Parts: sequence; structure tokens; C-alpha cells
Amino acid sequence: MNVAVLLKQTPDTESVIRIASDGKSVVTDDLKWVVNPYDEFAVEAALRLKEKHGGSVTVISCGPQRVVESIRTALAMGADTGVLIDDPALEGSDSLGVAMALAAAVKEINPDVVLCGSRAVDYDMAQRGPMVAELLGWPHLAMAVSMESDGKTVTIDRPIEGGKVVLESSLPAVVTFGGSHAVWNPRYASLPGIMKAKKKPLAVKKLADLGVDGSQAGTARVTMTSLEMPVARAAGKVIDGGLDTAGKATELVRALHEEAKVI
Amino acid sequence: MGKCVCIIAEFRHGAFRRVSYEVASEGKRLADALGVGLCAVAVGSGVADKAAELGRYAVDKVFAVDDPSLENYLAEAYVPVIASVLEGCDPVAVLLPASVDGKDLAARLSARLKAGLAQDCTQTVCEGGKIKAKRPIFAGKCYGWCEWADGALPIISCRPNVMDCLAPLEDKKAEVEKVQPALVQARSCVKSMELDTSGKVELTEAEIIVSGGRGMKGPENYTMLEDLAKVLGAAVGASRAAVDSGWRPHADQVGQTGKVVNPNLYVAVGISGAIQHLAGMGSSKFIVAINKDPEAPIFSKADYGVVEDLFNFVPLLTEEVKKLKSSCS
Ligand SMILES: Cc1cc2nc3c(=O)[nH]c(=O)nc-3n(C[C@H](O)[C@H](O)[C@H](O)COP(=O)(O)OP(=O)(O)OC[C@H]3O[C@@H](n4cnc5c(N)ncnc54)[C@H](O)[C@@H]3O)c2cc1C
Ligand SMILES: Nc1ncnc2c1ncn2[C@@H]1O[C@H](COP(=O)(O)O)[C@@H](O)[C@H]1O
Repeated sequence: MNVAVLLKQTPDTESVIRIASDGKSVVTDDLKWVVNPYDEFAVEAALRLKEKHGGSVTVISCGPQRVVESIRTALAMGADTGVLIDDPALEGSDSLGVAMALAAAVKEINPDVVLCGSRAVDYDMAQRGPMVAELLGWPHLAMAVSMESDGKTVTIDRPIEGGKVVLESSLPAVVTFGGSHAVWNPRYASLPGIMKAKKKPLAVKKLADLGVDGSQAGTARVTMTSLEMPVARAAGKVIDGGLDTAGKATELVRALHEEAKVI
Repeated sequence: MGKCVCIIAEFRHGAFRRVSYEVASEGKRLADALGVGLCAVAVGSGVADKAAELGRYAVDKVFAVDDPSLENYLAEAYVPVIASVLEGCDPVAVLLPASVDGKDLAARLSARLKAGLAQDCTQTVCEGGKIKAKRPIFAGKCYGWCEWADGALPIISCRPNVMDCLAPLEDKKAEVEKVQPALVQARSCVKSMELDTSGKVELTEAEIIVSGGRGMKGPENYTMLEDLAKVLGAAVGASRAAVDSGWRPHADQVGQTGKVVNPNLYVAVGISGAIQHLAGMGSSKFIVAINKDPEAPIFSKADYGVVEDLFNFVPLLTEEVKKLKSSCS
């Protein structure tokens, strides 16, 4: 079973976000770059499929040269090959543009299943998996918190508000991953894995190599034109005033009822 | 009907979900600013009979796609149908719920229509006839304003629980037009759907959340939080530490790799306030922190802080809330 994983490199979730002087991008100088956590879940799920059915796992990513490091992380976890789409034309693009490039790369590999994150924890776009599926004309099953495959079909559990649904599709299909670390428990790269990863094939491609029209994929239908920080939250008051534990409970309930008016 | 803002209403098991009314209300504000009408697409089994109800939230006209095979949301089946209705009504903008299904639908739909999508928006405005939408990024550590290129259709998914709902117009009914676009032969299907009927409130849609972290010490102690949640009518959340420890289901995790929530009141119990947790709940209207460590970072974000041992404090708090509720009723 051949699996493609779409992987995005994102700033570490520890990152403090600051707005750059252009007012529309974030300061990236001091950011630590990691594999998007949801994509780590996808890599883990891909490796489990490979363990069960054989085949290979290809990691595909769009982004600048620094992304090689994150692709290598996935290779060190056990993926087989990597593809980096690094093309300046994509700089002015939007989610759909990136999805066009990713879909073209997927077509070239022609996998049985494409796995990706439900969202990247940078811009929280939550778009590209379903977009790639639509561009390929494949079904997609989104927000998987479990996945099973017999090699011909794929089945997932999808949590929805107040319940869950079980979805199934024949292959090929796209699956996007939700859940959390506790659900997927993605493996760490082992030391031998890291050594091996250095020798695994990693191709760098331009849009033209994939037959993608840069003027289409590089165009933004929607752009983020300015950023703003959330309204600063000043530390409020600590309920103390020499009260005992019960007194604090009384005072808190009074404050929530009379001042905040939320209960 | 001429130019319009079009909303996609979410219909599940015979009823519109509340977030659809929030979306209609935001759609109405935008439509008024643009000087156009408000229409809706509603898909589902039995939806045609209910569609007129959307008039209460200012929808002028509903295109209803009513088919038993569309009982449950399935991207592959819904997207072509909705796309074909939208192509027919040619809206200036499309608004829909940023619910689990709504976000999924929005993404696939925008690829099909080659539209520009902004997910999870908290506000829309119209400036000089141009639409702008505000959305959180980095799980709420920052916000971005989206604008659309000329000729690009804006698709805007609206975060539940943020946008003000109009007061319902009790006797207004929307015009309903039944439409029957060609259905696709889907390769995917919904095998089963289970809905929790216990009346549990969904975290992303909850007005009040009581959340417990590693300080809870073990799964058994969450009954204490559930008791408090019950008297408050709240949902129960958790930190990643509590979920990773196996004390709580993953669906309860609040934070950058869990649910991003925005209740009126968030009560953090035994949670230190790591940056990933704060990202997920920082937009709550009021935050209460209960922690025995006065240095815990959560206090820097809390409107009300209580430095106490949670095991002593929470039961007393529950009693106080009970007293309040009985004196109010
Ligand atoms: C990639 C990544 C993603 C992450 N995503 C998330 C996420 O989505 N959500 C999330 O929550 N975290 C997330 N984290 C984890 C985060 O960094 C913290 O580790 C986590 O939030 C800590 O949980 P906690 O506050 O419950 O535990 P701790 O930090 O251990 O805090 C426990 C608190 O309980 C207090 N306490 C202990 N006993 C008592 C008592 N008897 N009475 C009162 N107070 C008491 C302590 O003083 C302490 O402040 C993520 C981390 C990474 C690396
Ligand atoms: N630049 C990218 N390269 C590869 N995959 C991506 C890229 N951007 C997004 N994805 C995939 O799409 C998912 C959703 O991302 P997003 O739509 O940005 O929230 C991610 O979890 C990745 O799996």
C-alpha cells in the first residue's frame, strides 16, 4: 500500500507570536520550526499502514529550503522518500494555490491513500486536505481519531459536536487527522532512524516539474492583509482579602454573579 | 432575487443547529451593509418542511435540497449539490458555520468553486463595499484580517458562539424553493452516527466550561468538577496533561492541539496555564483560575484568581453556586 503524507513545517507550539513591521506577517527570526503536530499524527498512521500492508510512505511538503529538516524528521520516523516543492511562485499564493501544487505532486506518486493533518497549527487554515481531495476528484474522510484499512477501503471515526460518525471510503482517498497526542502517540525518531534518514531520497521540485501553472497556483484569491494582537488580558484580581476558603468561594460566586454577570 | 449574501444552514436530525442562526444573523448584517438580500441553502432529509423557519433570522429565501440520501453530512455528496445551488444564485459572499462539518464542507467547496476561504471567522465587516473578515491564527495568539481579490468569491466560516444572534422575528417565514440538483454516486459513506443524548454540552459551543488539569491528581476526582459543571450548566474540559494521563477523553482537550473554545466563563482548575493551553481558551470572556501555586502563569490571564487547594475549594464553590441558583429561582 503506497501512502503519501502531506506535511507542513510550523513554528513550535511554544512560540510567542509577534507581528512583523509590515503589519501582516509574523516575526520568524527566533522561531523554532517543527513538524505540524497533526501531520506527525498522519506520519504515525502512515507508518502503521506500511507495517500492516507493506508498501512505501512518501512525504510531500511545500515550503522553503528549511523544510528539508522536517521532511528528514519524518524520514527518521520511518517514511521512505521525501518531496519538497520549493518555488518562489508560491509565495504569493493562498491555501488553494498550495493545494494545487500538492495535488499535482500526489498525482505523480499515485498513492493508494493521502494522509494529512486536519489543520496546521500556524495559520489554522484547516483547508488543504479537503481541497487536495476535491482537486483530485477523490473522496475524503476528515478529522480521523482512528483509522483502519484492509488495503481496499479505509474507515475512520470522526467526532462531531455531541457525537461521532463512522465514515468509510474505497481507495484512493484522502484522510485528514484530528485527535491529540494521546490518541496517536506519534513515535520518536530513533538514533539509527536519524542516521538512515540522511541517505533516504529527497527530491526538490519546482511547479514546472509538476506541470503546475505558476500563475494559477501562485495567485491568491484571499490574503491576510493585516494582523492584530488579541486585546491584552490584564491579570484580574486575586480573591483574597484575608478570607478563609469558604469566604473566598462566597466572594467568587458574588463577583461572577454581580460583576461579571456570567452566572 | 438579485444579488445576495448566501448562508449555508446546518441541519441535523430534523432541526437547524443554533450556529446556523448566528451565521444568518451575521449574514444579515453583511447583506444590509452591502445593500443586498439574504438567502440560504439548506440540505438534508426533511429540510424543506423546516426551511421557512430561517425567516425568523432574516433569511429572505431558502433553496432547500431535500433528499433521504442526504440525511447525514458527507462531503462528497453535499459539495456538488451545494456548489450547483450557489452557481445558480450567484451570491456576493457565502457564510456557513465553522462547525466540524461546516469547516470540512467549506474547504472542499472553495476548491470546487475556486473561491477564497477564510475559516473560523469571528467578525465580518464591509468597508467601501469590500468584505473583510477577522480570524484567529496560531490558535488565538494573534488575529488576521482577510481580504479578497477582485472577482474572487468570499467563503467565510463563522466560529460558533461568537457572533451575536438577532432577536428572532417570531412570525416571519422565508420563501422556500425546493431544488433537486443531480446527486453524485459517492465512493465514501457514513457507516453510522451516534449522538450523545445525555444533554452534554459541546465544548466549542458551551457558555461555561469547567476544566481540570494535572492538579486533579486522578480520573476519579473529576466527579468533583462534574458536580460543579452540573450546577453551572457547564461543559467539562481538560488540559493535555490530564488527557495524556488517560484521565479524560481526548475530545475534552482544550488548547492549541485540542479544542479552541470561547465560552463566557472558563474555570481552570489545577491547570498551570502553559502557552498551548492559554492559546485555546484565551478568548473566553471571563477566566477564573483555581490553583494552589500563586506563581502559576494562568493567574496572569485570569479575571479572578483563587490561590487554594482545589480539593478544599471546589466543593465549597459548588455549594455556593447551588445557593445562588436556589435563591435566583
Ligand atoms: C506540541 C504540543 C502541543 C500541546 N498542546 C496542548 C494543548 O492543546 N492543550 C494543553 O492543555 N496543553 C498542551 N500542551 C502541553 C502544555 O505544554 C502543558 O504541558 C500542559 O498544558 C500542562 O497541563 P497542566 O496545566 O494540567 O499541568 P501542569 O503544568 O503540571 O500544572 C498543574 C497545575 O496544577 C496545580 N495544582 C497541583 N495540585 C493542586 C491542588 N491540590 N490544588 C490546586 N492546584 C493544584 C499546580 O500548581 C500546577 O499549576 C502541548 C505541548 C506540546 C509540546
Ligand atoms: N505547505 C504545505 N505542504 C504540505 N502539506 C501542507 C502544507 N500546508 C498544509 N498542508 C497539509 O494540509 C493540512 C492542513 O493545513 P492547513 O490547511 O494549512 O491548516 C496540514 O496538516 C498538512 O497536512
